[in-house]
Amino acid sequence: MRKLRFSRRALLKASAAMAAGTFAARANAAEAITPALVEAARKEGKVAFYTAMDLPVAEKFGKAFEAKFPGISVRVERSGSERVFQRVGQEMTSGIHAVDVVNSADAAHFIVWKRNDWLAPYLPEEVARLYPAQYYDPDGFSVTTRVWLSSLGYNTNRVKPEDAPKSFADLLDPKWMGKMVKGHPAYSGTIMTATFQIVRELGWPYLEKLAKQKVMQVQSSTDPPKKLALGERGVMADGNDYNLIQLKEAGQPVEVIYPAEGTPLVTGPTGVFKSAPNPNAARLFHNWLHSLEAQQLLVDFARQHSVHPQVQEKPGVRKLSDIKLWKDDPAGVEKASEEIKARYAQIFKV
Amino acid sequence: MPMTIALPAEATPPKHKLDLSWPILILFAAVLCVLIILPMSWLLYYSLVDRTGAFTLANFKTLVTDPVFIDPLITTLILAVSSSIICCLAAAPMGWLVARTDMPLRRTVRALVTASFVTPPFLGAIAWELLAAPNSGLLNKTFRAVTGAPQDEHLFNIYSLGGLIFVISCYTFPYVFVLVANALDRIPGDLEDASAILGGRTWTTARRVTVPLAMPALVAGALVAFLQAMTLFGSPAILAIPAGFHTMTTKIWSLFNYPPKPELAAAASIPLLILTVLLLRAEHFILGRRGYSVVGGKQGNPRLVKLEGLKWAALAFVFIVLMCPVFLPYGALLNATFSHVATSFVWFDNFTLHNIYFVFFELSATKLAVKNTFLLGAASATIGTVMALVIAYLTSRRAIAGYRALGFLATAPVAIPGIVLGVGLFLSYARPPLVLYGTLWILLIAFITIALPAAYQQLQSAFRSVHTDIEDASRILGATRLRTLWRITAPLLRTSVIATWCFIFVGVIRELSAAIMLFTSETKVISVLIFDLNESGDLGAISVLGLIMLAITFAVVIAVNRIPGFGETRLRNA
Repeated sequence: MRKLRFSRRALLKASAAMAAGTFAARANAAEAITPALVEAARKEGKVAFYTAMDLPVAEKFGKAFEAKFPGISVRVERSGSERVFQRVGQEMTSGIHAVDVVNSADAAHFIVWKRNDWLAPYLPEEVARLYPAQYYDPDGFSVTTRVWLSSLGYNTNRVKPEDAPKSFADLLDPKWMGKMVKGHPAYSGTIMTATFQIVRELGWPYLEKLAKQKVMQVQSSTDPPKKLALGERGVMADGNDYNLIQLKEAGQPVEVIYPAEGTPLVTGPTGVFKSAPNPNAARLFHNWLHSLEAQQLLVDFARQHSVHPQVQEKPGVRKLSDIKLWKDDPAGVEKASEEIKARYAQIFKV
Repeated sequence: MPMTIALPAEATPPKHKLDLSWPILILFAAVLCVLIILPMSWLLYYSLVDRTGAFTLANFKTLVTDPVFIDPLITTLILAVSSSIICCLAAAPMGWLVARTDMPLRRTVRALVTASFVTPPFLGAIAWELLAAPNSGLLNKTFRAVTGAPQDEHLFNIYSLGGLIFVISCYTFPYVFVLVANALDRIPGDLEDASAILGGRTWTTARRVTVPLAMPALVAGALVAFLQAMTLFGSPAILAIPAGFHTMTTKIWSLFNYPPKPELAAAASIPLLILTVLLLRAEHFILGRRGYSVVGGKQGNPRLVKLEGLKWAALAFVFIVLMCPVFLPYGALLNATFSHVATSFVWFDNFTLHNIYFVFFELSATKLAVKNTFLLGAASATIGTVMALVIAYLTSRRAIAGYRALGFLATAPVAIPGIVLGVGLFLSYARPPLVLYGTLWILLIAFITIALPAAYQQLQSAFRSVHTDIEDASRILGATRLRTLWRITAPLLRTSVIATWCFIFVGVIRELSAAIMLFTSETKVISVLIFDLNESGDLGAISVLGLIMLAITFAVVIAVNRIPGFGETRLRNA
């Protein structure tokens, strides 16, 4: 497979070089949504959006985009980030160019993709003008689309508020034996990012003890909140906070817990692929996704945090400044991910 | 055969009709090589090399020393043996009741077994999550409501080895049932009448005549059930991972997470392959000693045992068995379709059409997945049936030298877990000269390969029950092999052929394990879409898609059943 990969990469470079002719000249200049871009995108008529965000959220973005730019349909490819990463790698190394735009929950993926020379430099004008500099790649290879947390949570029918765990340490109490659910870092980028931070802050012994609590193991970080809402388990040992907030606002008996030690912060960047089959629609979608309109939708509907400074906050989500946050570290995750997956599989048996 | 030899050579008609058996053998052997030997060679190669491509046995050493691999292997064996036994215990009496007794509603029962057969096992597993998850499951909720048991008490826990065995058995027992019932259907009443005339009472006749005649089918059924349970991927992936254990198939699947370890996955699939080959040899041995040709030129109708007062008890038994694969899961899926919360009982206050709206109008992957599934199902079924028919004929009639090899090749894929076949195909066809990855062709190849063993076995056992006398007569009268096949054998096998077509079609719809390796975003099928939705816990959408899937399947089964001239009521257990 190694040999195969190199020959493919050579091929990719050749095809990318051709594609680059169209866009490279304006690589570093920020790009606005121009009538010419919209027209070219409409000719392509479609865009493939690979993402790990919760499916109804992703489809909501898709439908909003379709309403704004009629004639361009968005096909959402939703799966856990680590599976998206595997799929993109599998497709790219086989010379299949199906992906236009990717939004991952594991920012480390963009380090790998950039290194592989798979990404196209494209910096939306609004991002360059308004976004804080730490939230986009200076060369335009990626932009932070969304920010959320891997919190704890509980089902209010099954657990009384005063009994609910307040910290990671509380989860090790024998009374939670068999009553927790969590996601898996080999499938979910959110959980990979969170596990990296948990290991950094609390060490592997914490996870070894947690594994002895007979935790129900699901895959995506979007699943523990839903298992909680069903009442299948009482406590969520990791997952995401935005699904919990959505469920709570829909009247489900769930509550978010921001653990005392600190809450893992997750950032989800988006990038355009160099070999995108619909390069114009990809750029248009990428550009729109970081506009005020889409970012407001992220806050209002998806209940996540935007780094767009003009977005209006909507009550119901605790401000990031009011939460003790752990720092995210994509470069660290990139280096540690293989070890995390292997060791996690050993400890949790799956 | 001896008769043919005994005839003087001059008696053969002088016309030199073209006998195509050799070209056909070569063609099919070549196709089977492309389907099976190529991907398996890649697997073998990967199992014996390290990352740099140098020869090593380290992969196998890891396999037999690392508990990470030993545990799933043991679990898988327990799973396969238990499921096989449970399937036989449920299916053999049912097959007998339906085929040989006057139990009421026999045709309805056959239809319901068909329904359990066409239900994708992973869908069944998800439905059983809705029913028997320890806290949120509908059955456990009902149990607590009725008995007033406290919050954490439960009747069933589907997230356990026992739960997994149960769910796998639910959707594997139809294989045994079909084989047993079909065998019993074909046993002529004459034999039983003879026993009765000679003074054998009902039970003596059953024990000494009927059961031994059905035995080969039951053994074959037990074997098929074992292999199905061993190589199943979807149900374990859905139930075993939350329960905190792996089976071999889910372990192999997890080895392709980034960074992929194809060499370990290849090595891990070798024990499954060896085990299956051994079992197939055992089956051959058993059937070889007890092969009965029960369809001769003449046939009496099966004689039905009168159950008298026991018939309602028998019917009750059958319907209790059928609750598990059909009534309860379908009910759970329907409930989840119209409910805001998948595991709340639908009532006026929480009734919703949101899930249906979401799947049809918001979920952007629906249309493409339905289209791909339908296309692949029809194409695989048509091509697969033709291939299975020809191979089954060549091997059951020992028509040509090398038929053993052909038969082995056609059954070999049963030993290859879909996921492993998927990887083998991926490695073979993601590179020049034939780049098929990313197209529907690679899925077509996978589905045909996977369907072939069952289709082949089904048709071969059909061929076995048609005595060669009739064919020999035709050939003696001067017909070529192909003409004989077309004019004599084919009409006798019509029912089996239609059944096989349906068998493959629904097999394709059920297929997940190879598809999960071979799909790209543009070649997604419904099963993969459902699996992705399960990963994120979108149970409402799964229920809608699952019901669509079942609707397509039932539509096909019913339509094929109704084609004029195909013996409307003859198709039974496809």
